[in-house]
Amino acid sequence: MSGFSGSIQLVYVLAAACFVVGLHLMNSPATARRGNQVSTAGMVIAGIATLILLIHSGTVTAAGWIVLISGALIGSAVGLYAAQTVQMTAMPQLVSMFNSVGGGAAALVAVNDYIKFENTPGGVLGSTTVFTVLDVLIGAVTFSGSIVAAGKLQGLIGGQPIIFRGSRLVNVGLAVVAIGTAAFLLTTASLPGLLILVLAALAFGVMMVLPIGGADMPVVISLLNAFTGTAVAMAGFVIGNWALIVAGALVGASGGILTKLMADAMNRSLANIIVGGFGTGDSAVPLAASADAQIRAVAADDAAIQLAYAAKVIIVPGYGLAAAQAQHGVAELAKVLEDHGIEVSYAIHPVAGRMPGHMNVLLAEANVPYPQLKEMDEINPEFARTDVALVIGANDVTNPAARRPGNEISGMPILDVDQAKSIIVIKRSMGHGYAGIDNELYADPKTSMYFADAKKAMAELTAAVKTLVG
Amino acid sequence: MSAALVTDLTIFVLALLVGIEVIGKVPATLHTPLMSATNSIHGIVLAGALLIGVTANNAVGYVLAFVASFFAAANVVGGYVVTGRMLKMFRRKAVPQQPQPAELNGKSQS
Repeated sequence: MSGFSGSIQLVYVLAAACFVVGLHLMNSPATARRGNQVSTAGMVIAGIATLILLIHSGTVTAAGWIVLISGALIGSAVGLYAAQTVQMTAMPQLVSMFNSVGGGAAALVAVNDYIKFENTPGGVLGSTTVFTVLDVLIGAVTFSGSIVAAGKLQGLIGGQPIIFRGSRLVNVGLAVVAIGTAAFLLTTASLPGLLILVLAALAFGVMMVLPIGGADMPVVISLLNAFTGTAVAMAGFVIGNWALIVAGALVGASGGILTKLMADAMNRSLANIIVGGFGTGDSAVPLAASADAQIRAVAADDAAIQLAYAAKVIIVPGYGLAAAQAQHGVAELAKVLEDHGIEVSYAIHPVAGRMPGHMNVLLAEANVPYPQLKEMDEINPEFARTDVALVIGANDVTNPAARRPGNEISGMPILDVDQAKSIIVIKRSMGHGYAGIDNELYADPKTSMYFADAKKAMAELTAAVKTLVG
Repeated sequence: MSAALVTDLTIFVLALLVGIEVIGKVPATLHTPLMSATNSIHGIVLAGALLIGVTANNAVGYVLAFVASFFAAANVVGGYVVTGRMLKMFRRKAVPQQPQPAELNGKSQS
């Protein structure tokens, strides 16, 4: 390693150190912003080092400069626009798209490397070929899979698990083609082979995500995040760049941890999720109240009376809150209650929403202070001394059936909502949750069902509470 | 196996362990910003994308360089901006002003 390239490599190590410190500072909301700034500084350092490398190489053609600069500028503009305009409820889609382009870029780095050495006398089959092939494979799967995931989250593709006859056979076939081609490329330099690998991996990415239902999205996004990280690390091996290797490993670790946390919070194995949803998907079909379930429906006024005379209220938000854009309405109601001297906190299940921590961001956007946002283990003991648990658009994560063996959600960690002295559930209909089973909470004598869209319900409740306490 | 490859693998494994250690301490409240922050960190692939330019001298090379740097730049810029936007919203205490959309406040606003 010459003095110059050694120095550049050290600058990249500095950038990587900034990423580690930046992530470390994210261990508390108080320091997290500084963490993001440190991480940004690392990225700027890496960018400058790369520019110096480009200039020093002296081989970048004029056309090359134009292509690089225009690509980077247009990309930056698109990223900036998306980041500044995205709604907080649409964050999972955006993160998914960033996973997609990150994986795509990593795959292209490897494709370029393969093509480049295909033309040279030494040939392509060096010691890093295995990383090149892995990078193309993982990067392409992430690219197409993340686009499908974003499409599902955005509602462009049906949220239900999409499974057609023989779709699993197609999956297996694509996996065999992709892995077989990858193995072939390790021994034989072949551009058509590379093309087949790219196409098979892209198709596999699509087929992998299509059968996965909406409520499993937190797991899928985390997994694709881990994939992108791995692809970037592989790209680092391909071009021998430590910053890419370290950054990719960090992201891979983060995505892997989140994937495990999310899968554990649903008490489902990763394999089970990938193979397909519960088969039923999110059914929004209103069911007539079944004969054995005695449910009690209430109007806004009754619910408001319960809230206004409570001493302690826990709000349990779910995806329904995000879907209805009701986060500001909830915060407004909570503020009225708090001004009246009522203790309000929020119980956040790990898989509430469509990505890890989704609810926290929505509530933070609505100006809810983060100390009020409680994790499951922290809040569960508090339900017993809570007067009203207000469940907004959450379903399976509150179902006491999870404590019993023998049903779809057995063993899933749940919020102990049924321990509260009374429960108000805001829901559009008696439709089932993702698991497709009845929620026993709704038949509990302590439970009042308030059928309404979450946003409308919040406005009505707030108005009703105000007349009571005002 | 070359010495360089062994070094690279060593760095990879150690970074993975550091990642597990550091990420494990991030509270669930921050999991969305965490994912978006790691998103921007994998935008480092921009370095790899730009370096395609070193050898690009034909149409295929230029197309690859353009698309890769476009993707990676969108990834890195968007990732950092949106993470910053999210983290700015996390407050220990509610700020008093915060104008709400009129429809939520109803008539009580006046």
